[in-house]
Amino acid sequence: MTRATFSIWRGDRGGGRFEDYQTDVSAGMVVLDAVHQVQAESAGDMAVRWNCKSGKCGSCSAEVNGMPKLMCMTRIDDLDLSQPVKIEPIKAFPLLKDLVTDVSWNYAVKKRIKKFKPRTPDASDGTWRISQQDVDRVQEFRKCIECFLCQDVCHVLREHNKHDEFIGPRFFVYTAALDMHPLDVEDRLEDLKKTDGIGYCNITKCCTVVCPENITITDNAIIPLKERVVDRFYDPLRLLWRKMMGK
Amino acid sequence: MVDCQTHEHDVLVVGAGGAGLRAAIEAAASGVSVGLVCKSLLGKAHTVMAEGGVAASLANVDDRDDWKTHFADTMRGGQYGNNWRMAELHAREAPERVRELEAWGALFDRTKDGRILQRNFGGHRYPRLAHVGDRTGLEMIRTLQDHGIHQGMEVFMEFTIVRLLKSGDRVIGLFGYDRERGRFRVFKAKSVVLATGGIGRAFKITSNSWEYTGDGHALAYEAGADLIDMEYVQFHPTGMVWPLSVRGILVTEGVRGEGGVLRNSEGKRFMFDDIPDLYKNQTADNEEEGWRYTQGDKGARRPPELLTRDHVARCILREVSEGRGSPHGGVFLDIAWIGERLANGAEHIRRKLPSMYHQFKELAGIDITAVPMEVGPTTHYAMGGIRVDADTQMSTVSGLFAAGECAAGLHGANRLGGNSLSDLLVFGKRAGEHAALFAKEHSAAPIDGAEIDAAAAEALAPLERGAGADAESPYLIQQELQESMQDKVGIVRRESDLLAAIETVAALRERAQRVGVAGNREYNPGWHTALDLKSLLVVSEAVARGAAQRKESRGAQFRDDYPEKSEELGKITHAVRKGGDGRMQVEAEPVRELPPEIRAIIVENQE
Ligand SMILES: Cc1cc2nc3c(=O)[nH]c(=O)nc-3n(C[C@H](O)[C@H](O)[C@H](O)COP(=O)(O)OP(=O)(O)OC[C@H]3O[C@@H](n4cnc5c(N)ncnc54)[C@H](O)[C@@H]3O)c2cc1C
Ligand code: SF4
Ligand code: SF4
Ligand code: FES
Repeated sequence: MTRATFSIWRGDRGGGRFEDYQTDVSAGMVVLDAVHQVQAESAGDMAVRWNCKSGKCGSCSAEVNGMPKLMCMTRIDDLDLSQPVKIEPIKAFPLLKDLVTDVSWNYAVKKRIKKFKPRTPDASDGTWRISQQDVDRVQEFRKCIECFLCQDVCHVLREHNKHDEFIGPRFFVYTAALDMHPLDVEDRLEDLKKTDGIGYCNITKCCTVVCPENITITDNAIIPLKERVVDRFYDPLRLLWRKMMGK
Repeated sequence: MVDCQTHEHDVLVVGAGGAGLRAAIEAAASGVSVGLVCKSLLGKAHTVMAEGGVAASLANVDDRDDWKTHFADTMRGGQYGNNWRMAELHAREAPERVRELEAWGALFDRTKDGRILQRNFGGHRYPRLAHVGDRTGLEMIRTLQDHGIHQGMEVFMEFTIVRLLKSGDRVIGLFGYDRERGRFRVFKAKSVVLATGGIGRAFKITSNSWEYTGDGHALAYEAGADLIDMEYVQFHPTGMVWPLSVRGILVTEGVRGEGGVLRNSEGKRFMFDDIPDLYKNQTADNEEEGWRYTQGDKGARRPPELLTRDHVARCILREVSEGRGSPHGGVFLDIAWIGERLANGAEHIRRKLPSMYHQFKELAGIDITAVPMEVGPTTHYAMGGIRVDADTQMSTVSGLFAAGECAAGLHGANRLGGNSLSDLLVFGKRAGEHAALFAKEHSAAPIDGAEIDAAAAEALAPLERGAGADAESPYLIQQELQESMQDKVGIVRRESDLLAAIETVAALRERAQRVGVAGNREYNPGWHTALDLKSLLVVSEAVARGAAQRKESRGAQFRDDYPEKSEELGKITHAVRKGGDGRMQVEAEPVRELPPEIRAIIVENQE
């Protein structure tokens, strides 16, 4: 058992500051455990979100020593305890209180994206035959736990506040999951270009680096989507073809 | 009346897990207005954590499977304490509900010919669990969520309901607060569906999150509804035991379904030592046959690791208490060994059990493709809950429906793995459908302002008291309750312990009257914990009283002082309700008789 100091952001819409809390830490503890311990011992009203405590629900996102992390999957053994451990809320969304931010924008964005639209069933029993390979191909995107850490680090949202014009990496992953779904027949390319702002992404890959589900957001989701947008809207031959065909 | 915003809907659903979402989708589809309230953000409910799969007799992997076998398995697993009609509807309708998910975008793992793949799970005769690796719950909740948001329901995230409002005998609305700002809200509704999940937070070691405080159970109880089977709490045999801080986190049964075996410190597969008579004919008596079963050999019987959860949990406890446990007080669960049998063992494990691999790697620093895990029992699931009508899911209170884990009847004395996710779909749909019907036949009723004032005053009391020297800490009370329930109402129970636990609950309830918290109404977990205590105390008392009354061992209930099953008590269900004097009453009632054609199905599947 060692004593460690946690420097935790306390505040609300009106402002705030870091406060230091000391608590005992033992082998195998994660940052979320420390936060809970502090809550029970000395800061009963400290706001924090969590549910599963095993990296499955994506509730406990925060910045630990400046790194966007799931607090429940960040082991204290891996941190330098000679300094206070700094814990603060994610930055791309408005602060509500302490470690909790208002992420409702994400839910509104999702609702705007055209929903899943399957092709008509092709098997005689009214279902579909799908190969495991096709399932595996989109599995990566469907693993997303909606922790919004990728949204947090994307400069288009974090620094440039383009929330009205840009849906963010999480929703490119979502669009890719729909687009590459073996049954889906909806067309989302025009939206990607016009309302979703895929052009703002300049492939910095910061989102991929922080994804706790190890989704290769940029290479596997965003770049293929960008390519398809380019193919559709900028490829001169295609444009000509489409004009001729009156599409 | 205190200042608070009022919302009005035809149907109000409390809870946005699988059951609540499915209910809301169904109700909205029938054209009524629907509100959906949940304590967390959308998509974070417990359902997201489910790993192994959803049970349905699709018969894609073994064509001998059908609804009758699934029904008989469910009844046997529940030791015939189940509501047979619910078990029948569940087995009949689960395949359709799973296929429907696929039409809404869910993607399950596939068979070679492109149909939904199914895996083995404890107590299921044939491979029956549709799954996606070991993150089936995520696939399910995300599908329902993404489909649901386009169905025209109004979602209220991070709201907690603290009281059901009634007019005469009928439920007419809800009272709660938003967690963000602590503002009170009234939700008027013509019917209400409770889909609030379980009660695991009443125990110290649990796979459940902070949300599982039994709110739905308690709300229904306070409104005069019956709870049944509360003594049956499922302790899942395999939770993590080390590091301490992750104790209780679930290790899916899918590990054993894929060939994982349990061993004690002597390296012995102790599950072969004690196979209950009810399962002798279906269980392998040697390691070779067990392995063949997990690899899809239809002629082989299942390994004893896949016996029902109650039994496996007790065997583990026996090994530990007799000194053959692992270093941190569990036993070993070994999946790495399949590398001896499969050329690409490690790769196979990572593909079929990705989140287990990740979980152990990140949290325990262990590579499960190379070394065994340490596991021990963890509080997992409440079979008991709100008594409902099998067909409509209406509780004993008019206009109040319940579905999912907070409702009772389907699972009897013990739930089979995978039968919960299917339960949510089948009965979520039914609850939504019948709540909508009810709403169409009834009109809204006026809310009593005085009741709102009383509810608001009660909710504000802990804040007004503040965290002064003579105030009780909500965290401390919760912790003491969890310790008492864990020690005295856990896997092995006895009279003296149970009575002591009931006294502890009473004492803690007394102290809870004086709980005080610091801070204001804005996103204040101390305050939230204080308000949740009321539910926790109700469900804890109900579990302890039910357990004390049941003087036998059956399914999830094991009594040290009555280790045998009693034929007499097998025909009894315990109903818990609030008496006229405000005290909790437990009444013994006969289990519904099986009609002959249903009994015949069970006999057919007996062999
Ligand atoms: C780790 C784990 C793994 C599991 N694996 C499997 C599996 O493989 N197969 C299987 O069949 N089952 C599994 N289960 C069980 C199954 O996941 C649950 O029983 C099931 O998801 C419960 O669903 P539900 O819809 O009833 O409730 P939940 O999904 O728990 O949702 C409850 C909802 O109610 C809300 N709520 C609660 N109280 C209030 C209140 N007072 N006011 C407002 N809202 C409230 C919550 O916010 C939440 O939205 C597993 C469980 C766990 C914990
Ligand atoms: S790669 Fe694109 S989406 Fe990802 S962080 Fe960079 S700019 Fe944002
Ligand atoms: S893509 Fe990754 S980082 Fe982004 S929300 Fe999903 S899980 Fe989180
Ligand atoms: S609490 Fe669920 S991801 Fe951390």
